[in-house]
Amino acid sequence: MSIRVLKPGLLTTVQDLGRTGFQKYGVIVGGAMDPFACRVANALVGNDESAAALEITLVGPTLRFDSTLLISICGADLSPTIDGQAVPLWRPVVVKEGGLLRFGAARHGVRCYLAVSGGFDLPQALGSYSTYLRAGIGGFQGRALSEGDVLEVRPSNNLGRAIADKLAAAAKDAPFASARWHVSSAMMPDYRPDPVVRAVEGPQMHGFDPESVADFFAGTFQVLPQSDRMGYRLKGEPLRLADPAELISEPVAFGTVQVPPDGNPIVLMADRQTTGGYPKIAQVITVDLPLIAQVQIGGSIRFRPVSLREAQELYWIAETEWEWLKKSIFMQFR
Amino acid sequence: MDYLDMTPLGDSAVLVKLGDRIDLDTHRKVQLLSDYLERHPFEGMVEYVPAFTSVTVFYDAMKLYWNRVDARKKILNQEEIPFDIAVRRLKDIVESLEVTGEYEPQTVEIPVCYGGEFGPDLEEVASRNGLSPDEVIRIHASGEYLVYMIGFAPGFPYMGGMDKRIAAPRRPTPRLAIPRGTVGIAGEQTGVYPLETPGGWQLIGRTPIPLFLPERMPPTLLRSGNLVKFYPITRAEYDRWEARSR
Repeated sequence: MSIRVLKPGLLTTVQDLGRTGFQKYGVIVGGAMDPFACRVANALVGNDESAAALEITLVGPTLRFDSTLLISICGADLSPTIDGQAVPLWRPVVVKEGGLLRFGAARHGVRCYLAVSGGFDLPQALGSYSTYLRAGIGGFQGRALSEGDVLEVRPSNNLGRAIADKLAAAAKDAPFASARWHVSSAMMPDYRPDPVVRAVEGPQMHGFDPESVADFFAGTFQVLPQSDRMGYRLKGEPLRLADPAELISEPVAFGTVQVPPDGNPIVLMADRQTTGGYPKIAQVITVDLPLIAQVQIGGSIRFRPVSLREAQELYWIAETEWEWLKKSIFMQFR
Repeated sequence: MDYLDMTPLGDSAVLVKLGDRIDLDTHRKVQLLSDYLERHPFEGMVEYVPAFTSVTVFYDAMKLYWNRVDARKKILNQEEIPFDIAVRRLKDIVESLEVTGEYEPQTVEIPVCYGGEFGPDLEEVASRNGLSPDEVIRIHASGEYLVYMIGFAPGFPYMGGMDKRIAAPRRPTPRLAIPRGTVGIAGEQTGVYPLETPGGWQLIGRTPIPLFLPERMPPTLLRSGNLVKFYPITRAEYDRWEARSR
C-alpha cells in the first residue's frame, strides 16, 4: 500500500506532534505547526494521535494512490480534489486505487494535514517522525517530499478498517467517498486571517516599557514574508525595553513572543531553536497556537492578555473536548 | 539553595532560575537539578532544559493531577492549577538537593586541525591580538572550557573559559555556510558548529569528529557540564580520521 508523489508542492513534510526529550541536547522539537488539525486528521482515520501525517504548505502536492486508502485532510482549505471532484475537509475519505489527489488555490489558512489510516511506514528518528530539515533527520529521509517519492503505508487498525469498510460500501463507482458528518467547527480553534490570540505574560514582560506592553496588547501586527516554520515575524508599533540590558540565554517554547533590538516581535513556532537570548514579552497560550500557524503572510495578528489560570483552564477544556471527539468517532464506527 | 525563582514560560513550562549571573556556583546548581531530574523525572514532566543560570521544565498540564476527576475539581473550582503543582514538586526537589564540594566534570578531548582552509580567520585572529598563528593555536589548545549549556543547534556547546588574549569580534558579514565541525571564536567565546549553518564567528580550525550523532544515545558528543579540551592535529591526521569514521 503506497502513495506516489507526482509533484511535491511548495513544502510538504512528514510531521507528528514533535520530538520531545532532546531539547537538552539542542535538538529542536519540531512537529506539526497546527497540532490540532494534525491530531484530528489522525483520529478521523482511526490512528493514534501521534502518528505521522503530511504537513502540506500553501501549494499542495499531486499524489497518486497506488492502493485504496482511508485518508482525511484537516486544517487549511487548499482546494483539494480527487480526479477533479472537490474533497471535503475534516472527515474521513476513502480514496480508490488510482485516485489522483491535487490541490488548488489556498482558500483559507496555510497548512493542511493529510493523515492515512495505518500511518506512514517510516522509521522514527530520536523517537519521532517529524522532519528536522536542518539536521536532515526524521520524516521521509530527513527532507521535504520531492517528485517520484513513494510513501509506504502501514495496515489499518480495527477502527480504521471499520471506517474504511463503511465508506467504501457507499462509494460505488465514485473515485472517493467521504463521511457525511464532519468535525464541528464549534470544536475547532477560531481560524481566521486576522485572529486575536490569547497570551500570558512572558518572563521578561516587566522589563519592557509599560507603553510598549500596552501597545503589544492593543496593536495589530502584520505577518512579514520572512515568517516560516521557525517563527512568525511581525511588524507593528516597535516594542521597547525600559532598560535594554543583555539577557542571559535561556530556553524558549512554542508560542514564545521574543523581541529583538529592532522592536518587532517574533512568535516562535514548531521549528524554533531550543534557546534564545532575546527578551520574551509574552507567551501565546497552547490552545491558540493553531490560529497563528494558519495566518498567511500579509495577514495580521492581535494579542489579548489572559491569566495563566485562564490559559490552563482553556487547555483543560480543549483536552476534554478532544477526548470526547475521539470517543464519538469510535462510537460511530465500532 | 539561596537563590530560587520560578516563573511560568507559558502554560506548559516552568523557568527555574537558580542564579542571576554566569558563574561556576550557579552552573553547579543547574547541573545538580538537571542530574536529579534526569534520574527522577516526576509524573507529568515532559523534559528539562539546562541553561546558563536556569533549568526549564516542560510539563503535560493534564498529567500533573492524580486523575481526571481531581483535575476537573481543582481547575474548575479555582484551586491548584497545573503550574502550582509543577512549582510545588520542583520546590520540594530543589530544597532536597545539597551542593557538595565534590565536582567531577567529565572531560572530552576534541582534535582540531587548525588554520589553512579549515581556519580561514586564524591569521586575522592572530594579527588582531598581536600574536602569531602558532601562539593562537597554543593558547586555544591549552585552555579548559566548561560547557554551560547546549543550544542553537544539536550539540552546539556554549562554553566559558577562553583566554582573553585570543578574543576576536564577530565578522561584520556572516558567512552563509560554515561547514560542520568548524571551530570558531566570537568575542570571548569559542565553539564548534555541529551542523552546516550560517554564522558570523571567526573560523580557526575544524574537527573531524562528529558532534551530533542522531543514531546514538545520547545523540551529542557534548553535554551541559562537560569540560572540553582541544588538541592540534595535522591535516594528514584529520584526513585519516575522516576516512575512518566513514
